[in-house]
Amino acid sequence: MSTATVQKRGFGATLWDYLTTVDHKKIAILYLVAGGFFFLLGGLEALIIRIQLIKPDNEFISAGLYNQMFTMHGTTMIFLAAMPLIFTLMNIALPLQIGARDVAFPFLNSLGFWLFAFGGVLLNLSWFFGGAPDAGWTAYAPLSVQSPGHGMDFYVMGLQISGAGTLIGGINFLVTIVNMRAPGMTYMRMPMFTWASFVTSILILFAFPALTVGLILMMFDRMFGANFFDPTMGGNVIIWEHLFWIFGHPEVYILILPVFGLFSDVISTFSKKRLFGYSAMVFATVLIGFLGFMVWAHHMFTTGLGAVANSIFAVATMAIAVPTGIKIFNWLFTMWGGNIRMTVPMLWAVGFIPSFTIGGFGGVMLAVAAADYQYHDTYFVVGHFHYVIVGGVVFGIFAGITYWWPLLFGKVLNEKLGKIAFWPFFIGFHMTFFIQHILGLMGMPRRYWKFQPNESLDIGNLVSTIGAFLMAIGTIVFIINIIYTALKEEKCGTDPWDGRTLEWTVPSPPPFYNFKQIPLVRGLDALWVEKVQGNGEMTPAEPLGDIHMPNNTFIPFMISLGLFIAGIGFIYQVDNKQWLIVGIAGLLITFISMFVRSMKDDLGYHVHKEDLEKGAGSK
Amino acid sequence: MSAEELKQLKPGQGPHEPEKATLEGKNKFLGFWFFLGGETVLFASLFGTYLALKNSNLDGPSTQELFGLELVFIMTMILLTSSLTSVYAMYHMKNYDFKKMMIWLGITVLLGLSFLSLEVYEFYEYVMHDGHTFTSSAFGSAFYTLVGTHGAHVIFGLCWITSLMIRNAKRGLNLYNAPKFYVASLYWHFIDVVWVFIFTVVYLMGKVG
Repeated sequence: MSTATVQKRGFGATLWDYLTTVDHKKIAILYLVAGGFFFLLGGLEALIIRIQLIKPDNEFISAGLYNQMFTMHGTTMIFLAAMPLIFTLMNIALPLQIGARDVAFPFLNSLGFWLFAFGGVLLNLSWFFGGAPDAGWTAYAPLSVQSPGHGMDFYVMGLQISGAGTLIGGINFLVTIVNMRAPGMTYMRMPMFTWASFVTSILILFAFPALTVGLILMMFDRMFGANFFDPTMGGNVIIWEHLFWIFGHPEVYILILPVFGLFSDVISTFSKKRLFGYSAMVFATVLIGFLGFMVWAHHMFTTGLGAVANSIFAVATMAIAVPTGIKIFNWLFTMWGGNIRMTVPMLWAVGFIPSFTIGGFGGVMLAVAAADYQYHDTYFVVGHFHYVIVGGVVFGIFAGITYWWPLLFGKVLNEKLGKIAFWPFFIGFHMTFFIQHILGLMGMPRRYWKFQPNESLDIGNLVSTIGAFLMAIGTIVFIINIIYTALKEEKCGTDPWDGRTLEWTVPSPPPFYNFKQIPLVRGLDALWVEKVQGNGEMTPAEPLGDIHMPNNTFIPFMISLGLFIAGIGFIYQVDNKQWLIVGIAGLLITFISMFVRSMKDDLGYHVHKEDLEKGAGSK
Repeated sequence: MSAEELKQLKPGQGPHEPEKATLEGKNKFLGFWFFLGGETVLFASLFGTYLALKNSNLDGPSTQELFGLELVFIMTMILLTSSLTSVYAMYHMKNYDFKKMMIWLGITVLLGLSFLSLEVYEFYEYVMHDGHTFTSSAFGSAFYTLVGTHGAHVIFGLCWITSLMIRNAKRGLNLYNAPKFYVASLYWHFIDVVWVFIFTVVYLMGKVG
């Protein structure tokens, strides 16, 4: 029952604060640091892949290491970089955009982060313990089941733990959006980013359990003698493909939809116009989310499901181009006639539209099942998905981090350095991946360690590698910008972008309770409505009163640590049954922590009205 | 949530639906329904796997030879009844009759325990007498994974309800623990529904399919 006080803290106290925090803004920073680290790691792996392919018959790394490199690049980028960075954006912006003081379950928010973090660390420990996973990020059976060593075991346990964290996050955001909106914030007044996060969370909820089951089956096969994927014992390897893609296809929409929403907000803000076709955008988002579950077998056209199944999934896949096209045109129409400010987030947005559209064209080409027999497992596919994931998701993450940097750290990232980071990344991106489509059409298969000389593949691969280094330069400039901004830039205060939505009504960075008084929302683009009517600030929906806040807790860290230890135990009990003790000990830590959580009342505390009047929590 | 939510409530004192009377309660209620949506996909995936592998019994017994419906029918009845008793418990919770709620929850736990012991007996028979094990064939793996995951849910549900009962035995019902009891009972119903599908898809379809 303490009251909030502002004081300088030592390093130890700050560390403890972050280990135990349940504040969505601090958890966003945790996601940013961890996701940013894994992004750099995955980028390093990508550079090593590209150096290996810089010339024919290269011997830069061995074939086995190459397999580990592309497996870990894919796995790291999808699960440990893109997902947490998306969660950074959701955590920092979503509660503020709907006028909430925190997410619905602050405890679970923290638990989700620590599960993800420990899962990611577990996966990457494999590098130091006898080799990383090497069966591709898709881990097709039987290759993955028979892969020697413990690499794939780390894949199974690491993804299982971090996947649980993601699922928890999804449920949390869903409940937050349904139950915690400020008065007047109807569904059709929610900012597009919130809408997209809502649909994304539904996808997470229904897609991740399929991965959970797939990983359980693989765990049983690899570590406990089950026969799901062993044809000699009656097993069936196609089950893995189905389960993986029932998860895997929605997963790509999980990544791209929040970014669509974010770009809608960015484009609207920096065009000084209401989003063109808001309700059509909402409809398109929901439709993409729905169709995203209907198309998983387009990854399996060459598996041999038959002509009827292939046709159905081909048509469903092409249908997704329609709502996506609606979005592209609505962004263009939003900019048309707008008062455009080419800030860094807007620059990424404008770069995103043509880049993503090219990726979409590749997608429609791949959807033609008959033609897919030619494209399948070639660099055409690699080019396509990097166009949508880098040209969409990564551009979006750069835009989003720049856009919401004031909410994270109270400063605007340096604009000049931001633009210097954009151009090499943008040019390098197109150099790297456009040529890969052509390499694929020329017959270069993906995941091959070497290519032969005199196959006309030399120049294309060289260009692609040079592009990859340009992207690295862009990323480095972005990091320099972060350091420069932290040292040199001034605090930006409230509403640095002349924003339209509720997150810009609070000071940057926001006080830990977000809103002193919950705002009353009177229309779409709630802040803009007030600006147009000359108020300039929100009308409060409640009198100033005590604010209830949740307590910090160390239990999420312990629950996740327990599962991490259990994961290691289960991986090594294959060699020596004594490791089962470690596994069980880890589970005990987890269950005892859950039990403590269940037994101890956690009532939180109040920030008192008098302290709020004195300005508690504001920096 | 504040300290006054820990005030013990007697019949006629509290709001209409104690499990949804606070924002925390509402969040828990909704979040748990979403969680059950995810669990549905989890079990759907396991059912799909089982259906794909149920005839891959190799040299081991087939589903027709293996299953006896008598025991499974008794188990089904026990679990369905336990769902009913948990409804009674929630009925008394809504009337703030703490003692009766505890009694019916106790009966629910006892029924769950008897279900669990019958399941252990069933698995024991399969392993010891029929040579039907987790590693003997793909059918074995799929069967034990599906039915075993359900069994693990039963164990977790029993531990959950029991700890709730012990924790709150002395302080009675309040707006802080009412949502906890309520979502635990939701979980119990979900386990029951999954079992109805297992009874149909695994046992009945195993006999006639």
